[in-house]
Amino acid sequence: MKVNGSVYSDFSGSILQLLQQKNLSAERVAVEYNGDILPREKFVETFPKDEDVIEIVHFVGGG
Amino acid sequence: MQNDVFKLGGHEFTSRFILGSGKYSLDLIEAAVTHAKAQIITLALRRANSETEQILDYIPKGVTLLPNTSGARTADEAVRIARLARACGCGDFVKVEIMRDSKYLLPDNAETIKATARLAEEGFVVMPYMYPDLNVARDLVSAGASCIMPLGAPIGSNRGLATKEFIQILIDEIDLPIIVDAGIGKPSQACEAMEMGCAAVMANTAIATAGNIPQMAEAFGKAIEAGRTAYLAGLGRVLEHGAAASSPLTGFLAD
Repeated sequence: MKVNGSVYSDFSGSILQLLQQKNLSAERVAVEYNGDILPREKFVETFPKDEDVIEIVHFVGGG
Repeated sequence: MQNDVFKLGGHEFTSRFILGSGKYSLDLIEAAVTHAKAQIITLALRRANSETEQILDYIPKGVTLLPNTSGARTADEAVRIARLARACGCGDFVKVEIMRDSKYLLPDNAETIKATARLAEEGFVVMPYMYPDLNVARDLVSAGASCIMPLGAPIGSNRGLATKEFIQILIDEIDLPIIVDAGIGKPSQACEAMEMGCAAVMANTAIATAGNIPQMAEAFGKAIEAGRTAYLAGLGRVLEHGAAASSPLTGFLAD
C-alpha cells in the first residue's frame, strides 16, 4: 500500500495500528483512505490492503 | 470599544488580529498569541510521517484555529485539504488559498470562487484569500464566503498596502468583513488598513521575521486596535489646498 506517497510494505493491522507504528497520535491526525476521509472511530476497524492509498496529515505552522 | 464585536461565521471576537503561526519557533507561539491578544490563529496541513512536536500543544486554549488550504493549486485540492483539516477535529473555519503561480504566489481568483461555493455548501466558515477585484468579491459573496481576504502585497513580502485603492473599493461596496491578508509588513500598515475600515488584519511574516517576535506581535495588536478606534471615531477631513489654523486667530499679542 501507499502511505503519504511512499510504498509501505510488510504491514498488517488496522489504521490505528499503522498510526501507532508511525508513532502518530490518532487524536491529532486526519486520515484519507482511498480518497475519502476516514472518520476517527473507524481507525480501529479499518484494515488497509496492498492496493490501498492512505494519506495521513496533521497541522503545522502556517500563515 | 467594549461593544465593538467582530462577528465572523456566527462567532464573536474582540480581537481583530489574525495571527499566523508559520516560520517561527513553536516555543514562541503562546507568547505571540498572548502579546498580540489574538483570538484566531492560522495553521497549515501537511503530511504526518513521524511524531514531531505538535503545534496544537503550543496554542493556548480558547484560540480559534483557522486552517489554510496552502499547497492547493485547484478548487478540488482546496476542498480536499479543507475536509482533511475539519477531520482533524478543530472546527469549521477554513482560509481558502489557491495558487498556481509559484513565483509571485498570487491567488487564483476563479478557482477560489469555485472552492468557496463548494465549501460553504458543506457548512464551512469560508474565508477566501483573493486578489482584490470587486467582481470577484461579489461572486465570493454569492458563493457563501464569510468574509473577503484581499492581499495587500505578495505573500511574505512585507511590502504593505500596495493594493490599497482596490481594498478600499471592497470595503465600500462589499457587505462582508474585509480582512487584509498577506503583505502587511509593519504595524503602521496594519493600522492604516484598519483606519480604512477593514474588519481585521492577518499577519504572519511581519512577525516571524521581526527581531523580537512577541514584541512585534504586541505592536501589531496595538496598531490594529488603534486603527479600529480611529475608524470608529471617524478620521478628520483632508484639505486639498491651503491650511486651517488649529489655534484661534484672534486675541493675538500684536494688534
